[in-house]
Amino acid sequence: MNNQTSTDDRPHRWILQTWNLQPVLIPLYAILLAFIVGGVLIALIGVNPFEAYWALLRGMFGTPDRIAGSIARSVPFIGSALALAFAFRAGLFNIGAEGQLLVGGLAAGWAGTWAFMYDTPGIIAIPIVIVAGFVGGALWGGIPGALRATTGAHEVITTIMLNSIALFGTRWLINSTDPKILRDTSASVPRTKEISETARLPQLVDSQPPLHMGLFLMLGLCLVVAFILKRTTFGFETITVGTNPHAARYAGVNVNRIIILAMVLAGGFAGLAAASEVAGTNYFFQPGTFAFIGFDGIAIALLARTNPIAIIPAALLWGSLLSGAPLMQQEADVSIDVVRVIQAMVLLFVAADAIVRWVFHVRDGTESHLDAPTTGLSSA
Amino acid sequence: MSNETSAPLPGRLVGSGLNKELAQTRGVTRRQVVGGVIGLTGIALLLGVAPNITSDTKAFAFEPPPDALEISFSPVLLISLIGVWYVAAGVMSFLPARFDRLALIGQLVAAALAVPLVLAVGLALSDARATNVTNLLDESLLLATPIALGAMTGLWCERSGIVNIGIEGMMLGSAGVGFTFYAILGNATSTPWLWVAILVAMLTGAALATLHAVLSIKYQINQIVSGVVINLFALGLTGFLRSEVIVPSGNSKGVATSEIEIPLLHRIPVLGETLFSGGPLHFAMYGIVFLTWLVMFRTAWGLRVRSCGENPHAAETLGIRVIVTRYQAVILGGFIAGVAGAWFAMEAQAGFEDNMTNSAGFIALAAMIFGKWTPWGAFGGALLFGFTRALGSRLQFLNVEIGDFGIPSEFFQSLPFLVTMVVVAGALGRAVAPAAEGLPYTPSK
Repeated sequence: MNNQTSTDDRPHRWILQTWNLQPVLIPLYAILLAFIVGGVLIALIGVNPFEAYWALLRGMFGTPDRIAGSIARSVPFIGSALALAFAFRAGLFNIGAEGQLLVGGLAAGWAGTWAFMYDTPGIIAIPIVIVAGFVGGALWGGIPGALRATTGAHEVITTIMLNSIALFGTRWLINSTDPKILRDTSASVPRTKEISETARLPQLVDSQPPLHMGLFLMLGLCLVVAFILKRTTFGFETITVGTNPHAARYAGVNVNRIIILAMVLAGGFAGLAAASEVAGTNYFFQPGTFAFIGFDGIAIALLARTNPIAIIPAALLWGSLLSGAPLMQQEADVSIDVVRVIQAMVLLFVAADAIVRWVFHVRDGTESHLDAPTTGLSSA
Repeated sequence: MSNETSAPLPGRLVGSGLNKELAQTRGVTRRQVVGGVIGLTGIALLLGVAPNITSDTKAFAFEPPPDALEISFSPVLLISLIGVWYVAAGVMSFLPARFDRLALIGQLVAAALAVPLVLAVGLALSDARATNVTNLLDESLLLATPIALGAMTGLWCERSGIVNIGIEGMMLGSAGVGFTFYAILGNATSTPWLWVAILVAMLTGAALATLHAVLSIKYQINQIVSGVVINLFALGLTGFLRSEVIVPSGNSKGVATSEIEIPLLHRIPVLGETLFSGGPLHFAMYGIVFLTWLVMFRTAWGLRVRSCGENPHAAETLGIRVIVTRYQAVILGGFIAGVAGAWFAMEAQAGFEDNMTNSAGFIALAAMIFGKWTPWGAFGGALLFGFTRALGSRLQFLNVEIGDFGIPSEFFQSLPFLVTMVVVAGALGRAVAPAAEGLPYTPSK
């Protein structure tokens, strides 16, 4: 495992970065450049890019409700991005957030419909649902971690396989009518029953989708992860294993334990995101609502350079672009897929900041690199 | 990671040197663990499954219905015989170490016997009388096509030292762009334009690979990021093309490549007709796998590519131009991904749907790691996946029931993923990536 991009968190560096505008400037330029590329694509089909972008912008932030909706759309991405970022710090490439979200959501949705939950006060019911989501995700994340640690099975293979297994498994549990398992047969689409009123997360804004307390859950989670990584022994060990497992073992770190724990926690973060969606947005579990959240999490985490705090703005950008796109399609008749191209370009230009510097003539100041091993693929 | 200390254990001779790396720290070799599982399966078959099967004669068919060649068998007998072999293979695994080769053979045969076993159990539990085995093989090979091609893409990139998460995007992008050309220029029906479109698909794959190469070799950005960029970009671009170009053109569906027959081989009785007639891109896949092996392991250039992936500094010392070689290998991989994309949009069907590759690129990546970064191993991974998928849909079609409980179709759909996981975790063990993979390289001049 490569270690040339060692993490450097000394305070003076942090101060330098705070007073140096480059860390903010480069991403902004990158976003600008990405929009230019998207604009060319829009212009090619004969639509005025400025009109399209004006509609997109209003779709994202046009009214208070739309702002709330954009934020709400971003909330689950924070959890799924943390699922990748944390495992990445331990040198593991967790492509499995998609499956971990499904199992976490399933567990949360199931727990929310337990009979006693309907007359349990919220202060107990909500934590039960959230914990159930965490446990579900942690279980699904723990399998590849345990397999990696014990048999050496590559986590890229196992997480990809577990994604599909989770998809078909939850689909069966939800779809099956004979035997009826978790399906709410009175609903027109296959889904679980609605969870108990008391188990629902309080709504902040009745937007589309609704903004709920899950936002603070996810923001808090980012802080917790940042704290774990920077201030705890476990976090230090995790980063050591990710940077150089041989050195970590030599220094007395139980590498297997770290690998399993990192995957359990990563899966748990995805499970939390799913639980917050189930308890705050849909009030039931339906596999389809989680499509692509895990895969987008990969891109968001990489956009944030696996920094847990930077994941917040990255997820916000991601979610609001997706939430604004339908208005652009409606008003300017431009396919929402343009947003995907823009997202890809943002990621590209943020990563390849040399291009941005070259275009905008920005002097190379701080060397910023991904705070993680350059590959999760090389076998440790 | 525990297996780092897997040197021969003190006081116990593990293996004949052939499989030292299989040794586990707990004093049990991986082969013994696998053997134990096989033996227990055998006991379960003999005591649990076979006595409960009531159905009488079933048959494996090898040709389509009228006058089909069939082999009839009694499910109870066949399952019992296989069960006996499983028990024997399990016992063999615990013999002294010098019988190691015997144990290996026993287990390999047991693995091969899993095919008739699953089919026999499936048939016995369903109402159908016979099932066509040749067809099953044909479907397996067909389903393995994009996986094998994608795995070769990954192989060329990763053996040269460049991680490729973007196989999916390269395949999707070339499928979308290729079909767009076909729809616009050839109304999705004209054969000459079909071949132009396939060429365009290959060039698109190569273009996306070039992007990947420039980003990861020239700009030295994290190679996983670059791969994710390609996946996202391809998803957006092809979705955009579909809704803005393909659908308005009115040519969303068209004529796919026509089947060809391999001369002579398709005349082989029973099997030839089914196995040696098919789409041209499907047959191209075999050629590509073979050439990948030939070029990568039997030519000087292939050796150069591999040395760039293992130790670029040493390679440079020998006068190999690492940067150039890596560009060549990655772009070659892109062409192969283009063939896979063309297979999706112009052979499996003539049409493009959003996200139509449906994570085949990721499965190809898994197949490549499964094959421990070797062409034939990766091809084996692709075949395993294709076969289990074909088997899953076959069993689903047979309507298998245990008692009154119909096995859900979702189980059969997830069969390929389950089997791959079990094989990877149980029997395969650690796969070691090319040493320099993922590391940017700066020439030392």
